[in-house]
Amino acid sequence: MPKRTDIQSVLVIGSGPIVIGQAAEFDYSGTQACRVLKSEGLRVILVNSNPATIMTDPEIADATYVEPITPEFVEKIIAKERPDALLPTLGGQTALNTAISLHENGTLDKYGVELIGANVEAIHKGEDRDQFKLVVDAVNAKIGHGESARSVICHSMDEVLKGVEQLGGYPVVVRPSFTMGGAGSGFAHDEDELRRIAGQGLTLSPTTEVLLEESILGWKEYELELMRDKHDNVVVVCSIENFDPMGVHTGDSITVAPAMTLTDREYQILRDIGIAVIREVGVDTGGCNIQFAVDPEDGRVIVIEMNPRVSRSSALASKATGFPIAKIAAKLAVGYTLDEIPNDITQETPASFEPTLDYVVVKAPRFAFEKFPSADDTLTTTMKSVGEAMAIGRNFTEALQKALRSLEKKGSQFSFTGDPGDKAELLREAARPTDGRINTVMQAIRAGATPEEVFEATRIDPWFVDQLFLIKEYADELAAVEKLEPELLGEAKRHGFSDVQIAEIRGLREDVVREVRHALGIRPVYKTVDTCAAEFAARTPYFYSSYDEETEVAPRDKPAVIILGSGPNRIGQGIEFDYSCVHASFALSDAGYETVMVNCNPETVSTDYDTSDRLYFEPLTLEDVLEIVHAESLAGPIAGVVVQLGGQTPLGLSQALKDNGVPVVGTSPEAIHAAEDRGAFGRVLAEAGLPAPKHGTATTFSEAKAIADEIGYPVLVRPSYVLGGRGMEIVYDEARLSAYIAESTEISPDRPVLVDRFLDDAIEIDVDALYDGHELYLGGVMEHIEEAGIHSGDSACALPPITLGGFDVKRLRASTEAIARGVGVRGLINIQFAMAGDILYVLEANPRASRTVPFTSKATAVPLAKAAARISLGATISELRAEGLLPANGDGGTLPLDAPISVKEAVMPWSRFRDIHGRGVDTVLGPEMRSTGEVMGIDSVFGTAYAKSQSGAYGPLPTKGRAFISVANRDKRSMIFPARELVAHGFDLFATSGTAEVLKRNGINASVVRKQSDGEGPSGEKTIVQLIHDGQVDLIVNTPYGTGGRLDGYDIRTAAVARGVPCLTTVQALAAAVQGIDALNRGDVGVRSLQEHAEHLTAARD
Amino acid sequence: MTGFAKSPKTPAVLVLEDGRIFRGRAYGAVGETFGEAVFSTGMTGYQETLTDPSYCRQVVVMTAPHVGNTGVNDEDPESSRIWVSGYVVRDPARVPSNWRARRSLDEELRSQGVVGISGVDTRALTRHLRERGAMRVGIFSGNALPDEGTMLAEVRQAPEMKGANLSEQVAAKEPYVVPAIGEKKFTVAAVDLGIKGMTPHRMAERGIEVHVLPATATVEDVYAVNPDGVFFSNGPGDPAAADGPVALMKAVLERRTPLFGICFGNQILGRALGFGTYKLKYGHRGINQPVQDRTTGKVEVTAHNHGFAVDAPLDKISDTPYGRAQVSHVCLNDNVVEGLQLLDQPAFSVQYHPEAAAGPHDAAYLFDRFTSLMSTALMEAERA
Repeated sequence: MPKRTDIQSVLVIGSGPIVIGQAAEFDYSGTQACRVLKSEGLRVILVNSNPATIMTDPEIADATYVEPITPEFVEKIIAKERPDALLPTLGGQTALNTAISLHENGTLDKYGVELIGANVEAIHKGEDRDQFKLVVDAVNAKIGHGESARSVICHSMDEVLKGVEQLGGYPVVVRPSFTMGGAGSGFAHDEDELRRIAGQGLTLSPTTEVLLEESILGWKEYELELMRDKHDNVVVVCSIENFDPMGVHTGDSITVAPAMTLTDREYQILRDIGIAVIREVGVDTGGCNIQFAVDPEDGRVIVIEMNPRVSRSSALASKATGFPIAKIAAKLAVGYTLDEIPNDITQETPASFEPTLDYVVVKAPRFAFEKFPSADDTLTTTMKSVGEAMAIGRNFTEALQKALRSLEKKGSQFSFTGDPGDKAELLREAARPTDGRINTVMQAIRAGATPEEVFEATRIDPWFVDQLFLIKEYADELAAVEKLEPELLGEAKRHGFSDVQIAEIRGLREDVVREVRHALGIRPVYKTVDTCAAEFAARTPYFYSSYDEETEVAPRDKPAVIILGSGPNRIGQGIEFDYSCVHASFALSDAGYETVMVNCNPETVSTDYDTSDRLYFEPLTLEDVLEIVHAESLAGPIAGVVVQLGGQTPLGLSQALKDNGVPVVGTSPEAIHAAEDRGAFGRVLAEAGLPAPKHGTATTFSEAKAIADEIGYPVLVRPSYVLGGRGMEIVYDEARLSAYIAESTEISPDRPVLVDRFLDDAIEIDVDALYDGHELYLGGVMEHIEEAGIHSGDSACALPPITLGGFDVKRLRASTEAIARGVGVRGLINIQFAMAGDILYVLEANPRASRTVPFTSKATAVPLAKAAARISLGATISELRAEGLLPANGDGGTLPLDAPISVKEAVMPWSRFRDIHGRGVDTVLGPEMRSTGEVMGIDSVFGTAYAKSQSGAYGPLPTKGRAFISVANRDKRSMIFPARELVAHGFDLFATSGTAEVLKRNGINASVVRKQSDGEGPSGEKTIVQLIHDGQVDLIVNTPYGTGGRLDGYDIRTAAVARGVPCLTTVQALAAAVQGIDALNRGDVGVRSLQEHAEHLTAARD
Repeated sequence: MTGFAKSPKTPAVLVLEDGRIFRGRAYGAVGETFGEAVFSTGMTGYQETLTDPSYCRQVVVMTAPHVGNTGVNDEDPESSRIWVSGYVVRDPARVPSNWRARRSLDEELRSQGVVGISGVDTRALTRHLRERGAMRVGIFSGNALPDEGTMLAEVRQAPEMKGANLSEQVAAKEPYVVPAIGEKKFTVAAVDLGIKGMTPHRMAERGIEVHVLPATATVEDVYAVNPDGVFFSNGPGDPAAADGPVALMKAVLERRTPLFGICFGNQILGRALGFGTYKLKYGHRGINQPVQDRTTGKVEVTAHNHGFAVDAPLDKISDTPYGRAQVSHVCLNDNVVEGLQLLDQPAFSVQYHPEAAAGPHDAAYLFDRFTSLMSTALMEAERA
């Protein structure tokens, strides 16, 4: 049965900003879906507030709304576009929840919009814990397999103690009923703990009720990805086994595909349960994933949960198997059945089959605990990782070691030198799951732990444990032999050892190992991911390396451009860089090149097999990239390697690639050095006559102190060569400077600390520009809302700049051009300026695609990354203007007066982290970047655009209610006017005594509330923190008090996060919010697609 | 230097009849073995595969790289012994991990004298077989190996699969009975051409008492058990050489007894109906094959193990000596006939494995179809 003919237009909802647990994978799935629907001839309407996505590129959908994903805004879009159908399963939980709200508030009925790919009943059955339990019971009644974790409801300590017996003893999980966010739940390992936790739980629960549940900690954990079509054909796309047993969120686990330690009988039981569950839940068409726990003692199977939608795991499964789940889900939603859809990779077989793998896939999570030093780094069932790397090998050891080096994090690869430490201590440490636990296990093995001891401590399956022993035994052998014989070297490479690891073990240099290896003819071959274990010929060149016999890279005629991607997402290097790489691939393909993508991030569009002509799913280390370049140079001519679009990862390889004879195109490694090295960059600025804040570089405390003494505190200190402000701090006094130098581990003569004068109260400005050696194209000028000192990635900004005049832009243009010329840029450059008084300081320059390229491109309707890729390969700006890739006249600095205002706002992951006492982490912004994603609000005036950005990031700004204000002394003056405005809009003001006093003197009434440190008043007057928790506060303004008085602010801000109350931590944000509230109160906030904005801009430009 | 990381280092060589050679290490027993090289793409179920009699005289290449992870247990074998004549894997497990495991696969292969090879590029070998077709192969292992020319000559002297009649070698020598589980509802005579253990089990689960008869059973032997239905099993070899079973099947069809065939049994039905059979280039061996039931349009993911297929017209009903026949199932990958059905009397067969083991259970309904044919026949008999 072919496509439905009654649907002509479909609304697709994206997933919004990147947050932990909902990341780039939904750009990948959404982009696939939109392309499929468009190619089916449907009008595709898209809403997604995240500008850094490929899916919000104007050519992906017919009408692209970069608007907040809230029921209110989506309704406006529906009213305007009147789509026939809504596809909600490709934008994560955000899209699903929004669709359910629209169903429940009657919007879908009102406008006659049909939900496709899901039905509300099935969503509830899959997601509601109680309903899902019934589903599992029904499945068990039908097929005799699968159950939920056993549990007992108790109302007294007696019942609790009896309950433990019923469940078969300790440990048990205690869950108090009806407490917020699972408060009071925990594991009880003995009666003492039980009495404590359950006692507290009974008190906390408003119904004096706790649920006791059997513990499945340490069980084997599995996941199946399934798809179903409307004819009830069901296929299992992929099985995934977690290396880390139950207790660690699957997003935080090292996971392996296919399942490694199941017999066919056990696997088929999971498959039968999975199929029965998808039928019982009633997922009509599309994908879902189901998680299982299996008791390693007897194989008992517990069904943990299911997601009735495309998920992070389905993106991983798609990349792991070559079966594009989202694409097929979109086709199923519009009426096709699985047997009608061809398998892209073989082209001759249908999609109604189950992929079979002749390789092993390992995914490893990437964490950012270093950004949240107070957060507890124990891994739990709440996901905390910010990204992931995937690797493919012909066996587990090869895939695992590739995955670990793909993480690009110091210490992520196994190390086999030095003293491993004390065995007992290491085993004790390994029992607690953390980032890098696998390395601790390896050290325990090196320290003499037996496989049994490792299993006892970690419950990691003995087969996996043996694989770690296998790796360790090869490391021992590498260390022991007199000479590296080809056979041993070849075997070590087959088990994934990198040249770096071998060099470390042998006490050699990496390049020496590589030379020896090449001399012996030991090089990887490249195999194809083909869905069918070579049963059929593959048409899609999707490669991975392996030290095996036969390579499958075919010769080609066209010159190839190799684009290096950005690796696993991390804070500071995320989806924005993938965006630029994908654009480069599209632009260079259009320009007649064969495009070759290299990346190891399974969440991204760049690693979709149909983004580039060839895809190498490989780590981005020097060794891995050199081997790919070698393999491609045997296949045909190479026009160049692009390193400036994938962020710091490829940029860092630039010089070494050039040294190895690789043709790096675009900005040269020397030019990159000129921008990144303080001395060299200082000379560029001096020659151009541009001021920079006073600064110096130091490798010791005394040097740093001397510099700080000369330029005066506060100073901004940071390590060199970092992205995302890693380790950057504003230091107000000598004591802290000394502590900072002592805590920094990365300082060396090669990597000094940079000490800059900190510009208080400066306006920070970001510029993205293109330079071809002769001409500058100013891509866009962004004015930050927060003052300088807050990392640009965490700061909101507006484009075009809202308070800068034509003269300022002229100065910015001249400075940008001078720097681009001085550095020697060929492509993109991003420069940060600070305007203090009337002086324009240059803070830093990055000769590469920046985080803001997608935002700038969307705000100005010009594809900057595409242009940069072309310039790298020799095109000039005037040629690109003539071609139409760039506007014929003007640039991002000369936007027409009525151009729309775009506001970018950062999204922070505070709510994910807790300290070891279970309290939230502080939310104050600083020079170190901590945001995971961003949204864009676009409208004709700043206030509305800002309000939209807040809605998209955190939920709507309140338009009335109670506002609490407590600001630092230095902010008190600037607070008065916005506070008056809030009152004018009908807000009741609350303030702490100091702030209230200032307000009263200025004729603004504010009720005084008690500080947290004052405690509850004598007649039960609540503190501000209690009021926030009680839901009595609608807006919070709280700026940090420099170094003192922080604690109160901390409690206020964490309470705000817990309750989801908008919390502004700078007065600039307050001023912007007031404009937003004003816009909302005036009403009539409309929606407009990017295509309409672009049409308007283009017309105005001509 | 003694052995890398404890793994055995006895050299082994795999020689294909077209001269391509792969070098690796001995796995399982050390020695020589010959057979037809075929690849199996299942990622689970090596124990079932090894003990499936249909693999008699075949050297099985596993496309999944890790084999032996769950060791060997006493419940999952499909017959009393390993039947493959050789085994090719990339990364054998060093330790088994499963609560049911009794011993390692390596031990099991050694104790049953099965010669294998590990550490070869199984994907390159699979691609070779896909492009050139299944062919004869030899595995030679030990510390003193013959030269390549000698090995190749030996491979080329080994018998070919085409024309091979192997059922009698693998089938039960004496009849035996698998009792019904629960209430007995039917009696079935199952002609063992290389039957897998799961097949009578699936029937027994449905109240069938299964009388498994040797491949040489006569019509009289079959009807001596007073069957409500007759079953023809899977098994090795070339269906074109199976004249005995074809004659027996014709006799059963004459009597209009409900009939069900699996795999080899499907090819026998094809021949009994007058269709030809042919050898596929490299066969279907795996547990992920999409088969469409043409009567319902539904797609099943199924287990396959066949190197031969029936040559019957896909899109029309054929007239046969036993009335109208149609192709009921087809493989969506390559349109190979996967099932036959008579329209005028109760007989059908499938080329794939509804009993699974290893493989998905999607097609288990076919056993219900068999019981309902038998119920209908019984009711009609009562009415008559």
